Amino acid sequence: MENLNVYAAKLAPQQESLAPGHRACQGCAELLAVRLVAKTLGRDYIIANATGCLEIVTSSFPHSAWQVPWIHVAFENAAAVASGVEAGIKVLQRKGRYPVDRKITIIAQAGDGGTVDIGLQALSGALERGHDMVYICYDNEAYMNTGVQRSSSTPYGATTTTSPAGKADPLGQHTMKKNIVEIAAAHNIPYVATASPSYPFDLMQKVRKAADTPGPAYIHCFVPCPTGWRMAPNLAVSIGRIAVESKVFPLYEIENGEYKMTVTHKNHRPVIDYLKPQGRFRHLSEANIAEIQQQVDKSYDRLLKKVKMSQIELD
Amino acid sequence: MAKRIGIEVSLAISEAVRLANVDAIAAYPITPQTHIVEHLSELVASGELDAAFIPVESEHSAMSVCAGTSAAGARTYTATSSQGLALMNEILYIIPALRLPVVMTIANRAVSGPISIWNDHSDIMGVRDTGWIALFAENGQEAFDLSLMAFKIAEDHRVLLPISVNIDGFTLSHVIEPHEFLDQDEVDKFLPPYTPAVQLNPDAPVSMGTVGIPEIFSEAKKCQDEVLKGSEAVIKEVFADFGERFGRHYKVVETYRSEGAETLLLTMGSVGETAMEAIDRLRDEENRPVGLIRLRLWRPFPVEALRAEMSGVKTLAVIDRAVSFGGTAGPVAGEIRSALYSTDQAPYVASFIAGLGGRDITISDFMAVVDQAEKMAAANEIHQYKMIGVRE
Ligand SMILES: Cc1ncc(C[n+]2csc(CCOP(=O)(O)OP(=O)(O)O)c2C)c(N)n1
Ligand code: SF4
Ligand SMILES: [Mg+2]
Repeated sequence: MENLNVYAAKLAPQQESLAPGHRACQGCAELLAVRLVAKTLGRDYIIANATGCLEIVTSSFPHSAWQVPWIHVAFENAAAVASGVEAGIKVLQRKGRYPVDRKITIIAQAGDGGTVDIGLQALSGALERGHDMVYICYDNEAYMNTGVQRSSSTPYGATTTTSPAGKADPLGQHTMKKNIVEIAAAHNIPYVATASPSYPFDLMQKVRKAADTPGPAYIHCFVPCPTGWRMAPNLAVSIGRIAVESKVFPLYEIENGEYKMTVTHKNHRPVIDYLKPQGRFRHLSEANIAEIQQQVDKSYDRLLKKVKMSQIELD
Repeated sequence: MAKRIGIEVSLAISEAVRLANVDAIAAYPITPQTHIVEHLSELVASGELDAAFIPVESEHSAMSVCAGTSAAGARTYTATSSQGLALMNEILYIIPALRLPVVMTIANRAVSGPISIWNDHSDIMGVRDTGWIALFAENGQEAFDLSLMAFKIAEDHRVLLPISVNIDGFTLSHVIEPHEFLDQDEVDKFLPPYTPAVQLNPDAPVSMGTVGIPEIFSEAKKCQDEVLKGSEAVIKEVFADFGERFGRHYKVVETYRSEGAETLLLTMGSVGETAMEAIDRLRDEENRPVGLIRLRLWRPFPVEALRAEMSGVKTLAVIDRAVSFGGTAGPVAGEIRSALYSTDQAPYVASFIAGLGGRDITISDFMAVVDQAEKMAAANEIHQYKMIGVRE
């Protein structure tokens, strides 16, 4: 099963709604993930897109890579716009004035900056109001579109253009990655999950589940960015896999408050395997790496406790 | 025609929104807009209005939700004031660029600081160049009528632009006035449901809000300005249609006793009613050739309609309700000077700023303004603006 997850991407649905020819960098995992989402959802969905790489590379007028209805308004408001689209269609369908009476999935999509920083309020509002929509955060761990500045989703120790490692301050980012997944879950919404395009079937299953769940769903998708992470473009998929294997980015879901791991490994790789290929971590000392290993172990253990708690509750 | 009912202006506006059968309302509370949205949420809860009421967490999201509902094809309404309008600012620019016919009531209020809940026009002046059509109501009946007409204008396929209907906070929003309402079937005939030109629909996918590369950006902005300017003709058409159906007639520039006037006052909003009293006294008691212009349409600026009222006028005293800090005049006066500059026999334009942050402008203030303006005109006084009633 694990191997199927990794190697059988060609078994994914043939349907596409993201056209080729967009302007993403070589090896961009963000666009890879978006394509998998598109394959899952077919054509009956509408996207509200935040400003960011994804918006820029797919919509340079007069071209558009989108074969489904797509709207971009601003950077921090994808959740609010999507909630408006959802509410608008619902009321028009009720009044018999919308041309389609099938169920249409409403997707809000944004980068980590558009989600965990500037878009957090609009996201919280939309989740709290209970709109039937799926919010997908494509987390490449910095503001890539504007030139790799730090966000509160940038991991501890990473250099970015606004958290550079220097002589006086050799660490890079000083803060711990904000746990937006827990923040989303704290809204008591029915479905929250983490996902990665390095595990395409896991990702697609979660997208399907999120779309089929009435009410708000949140998916946090880990998308390696070769440009911003300073690594070779051919590493995007494998580094995403190592992130999971090293416990840096565990794949799990929270369904009606119950935690469940969806991908597990018996033997975890050390974080150094994850950090080493990436230029953004090249400056770290052995002590730094040991510290990061501790942090990763600790937060993974905390997650496992929640999973166990959920199992006890279920039993 | 229905009979006259005494009701708070905010509630009359909500009734207009109900009669317009809006599909979606997204709003965030702020004094003095609150009574409008509270009443609308009651109408939705009671079933008298079949609409989505989306109680958002901020005005930024209110306008963003409006973008979503309107793009989905829903008739969309919101209301705000002051800080709320300022918080919406970013999205205000995007709504007309996406050609979304959102209708918004602005209960005009001073913008902080110092924080003030009271009326002036600093909120609307701050968003002057966002590309919205902006109308000003002078009394409750106008607020009701303009709110209904706003949907028809905004949603006309020759326009497809958002509209703000401006009403003075408290002095209009919170007063009880007699209103003549309209019956639902009359309104339905005047204002059929919104039919979008494009909408978010999986059977006919469109991309809205794509990146504007330098090769097309100027053209996009030029188109937007042409459409906004072109909306004046549609506004006049809708005013005429409304007048014919319901017997209440509106113009983009209204005059009061301006025939043969050598000095004109110019106002926007509810102070026009006080100014009329001042004009009556000056005309009837002092026999002076004075009159009043009330600007109903602020954007697009009705240049020709204004010029048409200027024959024989020597002095124009413009009352502004906001400061353009470090500017050349009050914001309205500056616009008027620019509109009249190249015309033959342009009058002397005196710029007055009055009624900031809820300060009353009295009948005698207006009478004094006329005197002062005439003196300034006689001396051809070069000035930025004069502030009325300020303690120095
Ligand atoms: C209000 C506002 N502030 C700043 C920007 C500039 N800006 C555009 S995209 C972006 C970063 C996007 O980062 P993220 O959301 O992580 O998406 P990514 O490009 O990394 O996929 C920034 C800062 C903006 N467009 N709007
Ligand atoms: S900068 Fe990163 S996220 Fe943006 S398009 Fe390039 S690879 Fe993708
Ligand atoms: Mg990012």
